[in-house]
This record gives sequence, structure tokens and C-alpha cells, in this order.
Amino acid sequence: MQVTRERRSLARGSGISPYQDGHLKTLDRRDMRSLYRLLWLTRALEERLEIIFKQGQVVGGLYRSLGQEATAVGCGYALSAGDWIAPSIRDLGALLARGIEPHDILRQYTARGTSLCAGKDNTNHFTVPELGILGPISPLGTQLCVLNGVALSFRTRREPRVCFTFQGDGASRTGTSHEGLAMAAALNLPIVVVLQHNRWSFGTPSTAEAAVENWADVAGAYGVPAVTVDGNDVLQVYDAAAQAIARARAGDGMTIIVSETYRMLGHAQHDAQRYVPDEELIAWRDHDPIRSFETYLVEFGFESETSLAEVRAEVAAALDVATDEVLAEPYPAPGEARSRVYGNAELDAAIPWTRGEVPGYEGLVTARPSATRGTTRQSQGA
Amino acid sequence: MASVETRETTYLTAIREALQEEMRADETVFMLGEDIGVYGGAFKVTEGFLEEFGPDRVIDTPISEAAIVGAAIGAAHMGLKPVAEMQFIDFIAPAFDMIVNFAAKSRYRTGIGAGLVIRGPCGAGARSGPFHSQSVESYFANVPGLKMVAPARAYDAKGLLRASIRDPDPVLFFEHKFLYRRIKEELPTEGEVLVPLGEARTHRPGNDLTIVTYGAMVFKSADAADRVAAEDGSEVEVIDLRTLRPLDTKTIVESVRRTGRLLIVHEAPRFGGFAGEITAQVCEEAFEWLDAPIRRVTAIDTPVPYAPTLEDYYLPGEEDIVSAARWLLAY
Ligand SMILES: Cc1ncc(C[n+]2csc(CCOP(=O)(O)OP(=O)(O)O)c2C)c(N)n1
Ligand SMILES: [Mg+2]
Repeated sequence: MQVTRERRSLARGSGISPYQDGHLKTLDRRDMRSLYRLLWLTRALEERLEIIFKQGQVVGGLYRSLGQEATAVGCGYALSAGDWIAPSIRDLGALLARGIEPHDILRQYTARGTSLCAGKDNTNHFTVPELGILGPISPLGTQLCVLNGVALSFRTRREPRVCFTFQGDGASRTGTSHEGLAMAAALNLPIVVVLQHNRWSFGTPSTAEAAVENWADVAGAYGVPAVTVDGNDVLQVYDAAAQAIARARAGDGMTIIVSETYRMLGHAQHDAQRYVPDEELIAWRDHDPIRSFETYLVEFGFESETSLAEVRAEVAAALDVATDEVLAEPYPAPGEARSRVYGNAELDAAIPWTRGEVPGYEGLVTARPSATRGTTRQSQGA
Repeated sequence: MASVETRETTYLTAIREALQEEMRADETVFMLGEDIGVYGGAFKVTEGFLEEFGPDRVIDTPISEAAIVGAAIGAAHMGLKPVAEMQFIDFIAPAFDMIVNFAAKSRYRTGIGAGLVIRGPCGAGARSGPFHSQSVESYFANVPGLKMVAPARAYDAKGLLRASIRDPDPVLFFEHKFLYRRIKEELPTEGEVLVPLGEARTHRPGNDLTIVTYGAMVFKSADAADRVAAEDGSEVEVIDLRTLRPLDTKTIVESVRRTGRLLIVHEAPRFGGFAGEITAQVCEEAFEWLDAPIRRVTAIDTPVPYAPTLEDYYLPGEEDIVSAARWLLAY
């Protein structure tokens, strides 16, 4: 069942474009520009977040996808309107490809009341039905289980729509990941799962987390096909994603795409990745997904150095505006902490205040029966 | 007065009818779970459903409770109304993450709710041992965003299940397996049986002592109250909570302010059980109306044991309730 694709890397481009067949025929000059802009926007937005993190403007942690932008962008770009995607933490590029704006991300990380989660949850934990985005939660592996339900609704309604999600190599070891894969396969759901083999799971190498050498092998346990791609090659990722999506849309079920990639930074800002061998970092630095795509675009005449610089300048200007605007926005009002717990407003209103004043429901704490207080007890002489 | 046609209905049949009626009336309602389709469910609640509603709406799943609840959440996000069956409520444990972290918090976090029902057989008394007898409500009691229902009567089982399916939030619906075929009531054959969530019910009125309880313990408490009335002449009020969250504090407090005495009875173990929360609320809302300490009659703080002698020792009995009631009445 397993299909292992030949690894063809942009960085090792031979001067002959390998992308003249299959789904890539549908990518034109405009698409190439869009892909580049998304890649650059992902990196630049994260760099912007890092700057405001260092200024103390980010509330909580900051997670980056440096070195992995191509997998997220290639996948996000392959989806159509009406499809759904559930990202993991290093898939910002996919969200931008789906139409999430830098403002949205800046608001999330700075806990603004205007954020998609209204300041109630952080990072990329937003669900936006209009854009087909299912927000993950922190417990790893869970979002696939929920995405299965979205896919189930497509199947029930006979809609040719597809779901797409990402799992870290570490997250893929959770019970929920396995259950989610097992159910998606058993019910033949229109799902594509990208397994991000980025070599690390927080501070543990994936070799210590799993006795798996070829990550595509895991698909065999679920009876579904897998394809391995160079995850730092945006076109190769796009191609594999487009084929897997087409397969799911045709009713042929789940595909696992193994992205061979590398986490270039620590787990989060607080992690200086001292445990990572230098040689490893150096080797992967030479395989940067954005630089190699730039080389490709120039070499094949899609862009010039100047036109690429223009894209970068335009992105920087847009981020300047977005950052200024978002930082001027307020935090949510404190009392909002008690809103939208339930679907019934009266239940939210009844959430008791737990500190300070004497509690009371509907003002029932009124006159106390001091006259009769303890009468029975006293009369019994207890 | 027009007479209402009724039919003798068991607790189990009432649940089946609620599911059938909701599925017939609303094609977005569907079920998923283990062995619910071809086999008809471990307790045969969904017998005949696959034939009537087809495989899109009666979905046999792998043994993957987390994935079952996860799929229910996703489907709910898409506007469907999922009813997920746990074969035994004990097996809700593997789905804990999905319930407390995903379903319960989704509206709060994202504004997109998860209107779904997770239902399954709970409770002891059937000699089923530690893993087919538990009462799990307290595991979830500390999780805002969830609703919990534990009916005692067939009428309430039907009416509350229908309301739960229509509810916009995740509802855990605990069916007491000991009652499935033991409770039989005359239920109307026509017209909607619908019971709103969040409203307790006075099972038996009285002015001398309040017993607050739910599930199978409603009947044991009522039997105990009858004995106290017959033998001592005291009138014990029995309140059947029906819904555990949102808790109907108002009904409890009003009764306690009238009787001045409170006994709480439940089948779950004592430590961290609902009785503790109810005690705290009554202390806050009706302390000065109390004429006696609040007492609890609950299971002992052990796993549910298997042997009949052990399980009977574990569970609160009518005698335990009678003696606690007498102690309170004499205080
Ligand atoms: C169930 C669960 N356990 C632990 C964590 C803490 N945690 C967050 S990210 C992470 C590492 C994830 O590694 P991987 O899935 O490979 O993703 P990557 O960081 O490499 O993108 C851990 C352990 C969590 N979020 N959820
Ligand atoms: Mg990883």
C-alpha cells in the first residue's frame, strides 16, 4: 500500500524543473508569487512576534516554525474553499494560506479582546468555520479525533469536501492520534494527515520517542497509503497534498503524508535547544525551504532578485501596520471571563461569584430567621 | 377533561423512544458508538435503529472512546446533533480528555459550541464489578461547560434525553442500568414528553426532613420515607435532582428552609461527591434555617466490588437511609 516518492529537492536543483507533470501543471506564475509571499509572510510574522515577545508584549509562550514553513504553506495552498484544516503549533503558513490575517495572529499572541478567541485562548487555538479552520487544543493528538467528525458530516451530507491536519512526530505517539487515525481509516473518511517528522519533540529526539525508522511505515497499521516528501520543498509538498486531497475528495479515504523536515529552533522561545547537535543544525540550515525556493524561482524565470525583494518589503510594511494597530487594542474586560461558558445566556448569568460578598441566587438571601434559629435543637437541650 | 392515552413503558424503552422520536423529527440527529448498529447496542437500546435510520445515522465505530467523542464534537461544530453511546459509562474514562478539554471548553475558547449528548449505562447493583458499575458524575463535576443528567423515572429519562439532544451544550446523560427494565410507567402515547434541564422534582412531599438524591437512589429514598411515615409519623420530602449540572439549588434551598433538616443520598462514593457540593451550597444559602447538621448517605470510598455481599455492603441501602433520617429527625 505504501507509496514512497523519490525525494527531489529544490536545493539540489539540477537546472531542469522536475515540476512539469501532475498537479503542478495547474500552478502558474501568480501561484508561485502567492506561495513565495506566504512563505515569507510566515517567517516575517514569526520574526515580528519574536520581537514583540522580547519587548514583553506577547502573553505566554511563542512557538515558531522556522525551517518548516514549506510544509504548512504547500498544504494550506492545496486546499479549496469549503475544505477544513486543523493545524498543529508549527503550521502558521497553512492558516495564512487559508485566509487568516497577521492581525489575527498578533491579537491571539497578545491576548487582545478583539482576538478570534476573544482573549480566552492563545496561539492558534481558534475555530473559524467560514475559513474552514478547526482550532487545536493543547493536549496533543486530539484535533484529529474532532476533525473526523467534521469529515463525517461531509460524508453524511455527500459533500465533496476534505479535511486536512498535521501531527508532530511526538504527538503521533498519543492515544488520541492512534484512535483518530484508526477511526478515520475504518470509516473511510476524507482526511489527509501530515506527519511532521521534524526530528524533535520538545527536548527529545524522535529516535528516542519511537522505534520507527521509515515514518511512512506507520500507515500500514491503519491500512492506508503514505507518501514521503521533502517537507522543505514547497512544490513537492503542494504536489503530494494536492494528490492526497484529490484522492480523499474522490471518496478513496485517508492518506498520510510524511514530511521530512527539521525544527530549526527550540521548542519555544524559552528553549535555547542546547541539546541539539551543531552538525545537525548546520546541515539543515543549508536546506532552508525559503532560500531554496527563491533560487528556484529566479533560476526558472518566475521572479527576479528585485521582484522577490519587493515582496519582502511589502510584507514588512504590512506587518508594521498590523503590529501598531493590534498593540493599540485593549485586553478584554475582566468580566468577560464569565461569558459564553454555556449556550444559554441565563446559565452564564447564574455563574456564581465566588469571592467577597455573601452568595445568593435570585436575591433569595434575605431576612434570616433569627427568631426561630436553632429552636428544635435548643428545645431538646442538645 | 380529555383522557390521555398511555402505554406501559420501561425506562429503557423510554430512552429508545426519545432517540427514535428525535431522530424521526430531526434528520441532523445521529448516533455513533460501539455495536449500536448491527447488534443493536449492548443493552439493545438501539435495536432496529440501523434498519430504520441507515448507516449514515447509526454508526458502528471502532473501540475508540476518545475518537467517538471527538467525532461527535466535530460533527456538532458542523451543525449535526450527535448522540454518542458509551457501552458502559465506565468507558468514558478514555474519552475524558476529549470531554473536559475539547467539548467543555470549545464554546468558551472559540465561540463555537459542541451540542452533543454522551449517554451510557451507569450505576451499581447489577453485580458487574469495578468496571461496569461506576457512577462517574463527580469526575466531571468540576468542569464548567458540561451539563449532566441522571434520570430516575421513565418519564424523565425520555423527556430529559429529548431536551439533552436539543441542548446547545455537551450533555452527559447517565442511564442507571439497574432501572432499565425494572422501572415501568404509564407514559402518554401521543404528544411530546419533554423535561427541561436544570429542574429538580419533588418525588414525595413532606415538611419534616429533606432528602436530596438522584438516579436509582430516588426509589430507595422514597421507600425509606414511606417507612418513616408509617412507623414514626414524620413526613420526609424526597427531591429527585434529575439534572446534576446545572444544579437546581433553588429547589433544594427552598425545601431545606421549610424542613430545617437535610439528608443527601447518592450512590457514588462520598469523598468529593455531589453531596459535598450540595452541603456547601446549603450552608451558604440556608445555614440559619438548619436545625440539624447536614448528613450524607453514600457509597463507601472504595471501588465498586463484585461479590453480592460486598456490593450490598458498598451501596447505601434503605435501612441506612431510614436510620440517618431518624437521627436527623430526632436531633
Ligand atoms: C497530551 C500532551 N502531552 C504533553 C504536551 C506538552 N507538549 C507540547 S508540545 C510537545 C512536543 C511536541 O512534539 P511534536 O509533536 O513532535 O511537535 P513539534 O514540537 O516537533 O512540532 C509536548 C511534549 C501536550 N501539549 N499535550
Ligand atoms: Mg516533532
